[in-house]
Amino acid sequence: MLKTVGIAQKDDLIEVMPSLQRLKQGPVAIFECFQPIPCNPCENSCPKNAVVIGEDINNIPFVDHDKCNGCSKCVSVCPGLAVFLIDLSKDKGNVTLPYEFCPLPKKGEEVYGLDRSGKIVEICTVTNIRTAKSLNSTTLLSIETSKDKVNEIRFIKLKEENNER
Amino acid sequence: MIEIDALVVGGGPAGICAASTLAEKGLEVWLVDENDQLGGQLVKQTHKFFGSKEHYAGVRGIDIPQKVDLCKVKVLSNTSVLGCYKDGVYTLIIEEKTYIKVKPKGAVIATGAQEKFLPFEGNDLPGVYGAGAVQTLMNKEGILPGKKVLMIGAGNIGLIVSYQLLQAGVEVVAVIEGADRIGGYWVHSAKVARASVPILTNHTILKAVGKSEVEGAVIAKLNSNWEVEPNSEQTFEVDTICLSVGLAPINDLLWQRGCQMQYVKELGGYVPSRNKFLKTSVDNIYVAGDVSGIEEASSAMVEGKVAGLALAMDIKGENFEMEIEQAFRSLKWLREGETALNLRKGLEKIGVIEC
Repeated sequence: MLKTVGIAQKDDLIEVMPSLQRLKQGPVAIFECFQPIPCNPCENSCPKNAVVIGEDINNIPFVDHDKCNGCSKCVSVCPGLAVFLIDLSKDKGNVTLPYEFCPLPKKGEEVYGLDRSGKIVEICTVTNIRTAKSLNSTTLLSIETSKDKVNEIRFIKLKEENNER
Repeated sequence: MIEIDALVVGGGPAGICAASTLAEKGLEVWLVDENDQLGGQLVKQTHKFFGSKEHYAGVRGIDIPQKVDLCKVKVLSNTSVLGCYKDGVYTLIIEEKTYIKVKPKGAVIATGAQEKFLPFEGNDLPGVYGAGAVQTLMNKEGILPGKKVLMIGAGNIGLIVSYQLLQAGVEVVAVIEGADRIGGYWVHSAKVARASVPILTNHTILKAVGKSEVEGAVIAKLNSNWEVEPNSEQTFEVDTICLSVGLAPINDLLWQRGCQMQYVKELGGYVPSRNKFLKTSVDNIYVAGDVSGIEEASSAMVEGKVAGLALAMDIKGENFEMEIEQAFRSLKWLREGETALNLRKGLEKIGVIEC
């Protein structure tokens, strides 16, 4: 399915999911990077050495979720925008995603949470927005979601589409 | 007649790296480009690059030209090379008014590629664009090409330009692709898909609808023999049709000079025969980047370095083999993955796969 519609399916995702136990401990990175392409900035970005690619930069990144502390450096560095953070340690779920669109929502704003095919899943609240220069114009957007939707929501749409730019 | 050490034709990723390398080795280099700004296609690549650190991974394409050291290179922008002759003379026209002749000891031809077109009814209507033109309008000139776009081609360019159209606030109704699979990186298709754009493989465009401009597009499903399936037509209301159906090398200078050329489908058409140091059949002419086979900007930059080093070795008689070997290793990794399978087949045909 990846090859024909470009959207990761359940079978693809099972491979990259951290254990349930790890998910409950706090934010952790999910790598939705399924194809051998020559790329390795994620490996260099990880201060915990939790991401391993090796000498052949075409290798798919191996992620040691127990070493990962959810610092989000790999999320902003990934040229493919294929890394996300999910957090299941609190009452609500939380997803951090790379976002390169404008206008940006505001903290506390309600937005539509979209799935990998762009369908609306639910209304989410923006909990954090990071736009530091070191992030190289890739904003890190965190949204609060239902706990059972953290593995579904991967993009957002503003509730009031403002096309005045 | 002006005599110089080296002439680099084309200021894209391959050309700037070749010129920078030649200058670094102490040679007098001229870098000639027909545009007003160096960088080739990089000047509109707003996305972050793949690769590893040495290939500027994570850097946005638009920021790469400024990172290449060209302070010792004589840069001639708005300059075209009109001819390249047997006696080693190149004729240049600067700013459309000054005509000069240059005789370098050696040259790197890095003239890049041009987009292929697609035959269909109404393809001459205003509103049918190549993806490169759409990118130039949007990302260089700040002009929206339209409001509602149908993208033809799900290779990397089609996917990236679709994403950039979305970033510019343009609606992309679909990306269609004749082949049975997405040709571009899946991370690019994922970005487009999660922004609600359907990607339809095994689909082609039948015609553009409209009298004086594009008002719609009729598409249809293809079977495994690339034949249109009956009753599978679908009409989209769009004002823009964007074609991203492949690139062909811009090889006129090489033909003119009599370089041996080969037709290699996997490399985009006619490419120069060359050895692994990117030297053509003509003694002092090297090639780099898309003119020697359609690839990616990262490998074009490394090729520019290889051609620059090899030409510098020729001219100076010094040995830079260690650096060339390093560049070969880098190229090997860039061409190793399954997405480069077709490219490797093409390189095998011209006998340089061992790089």
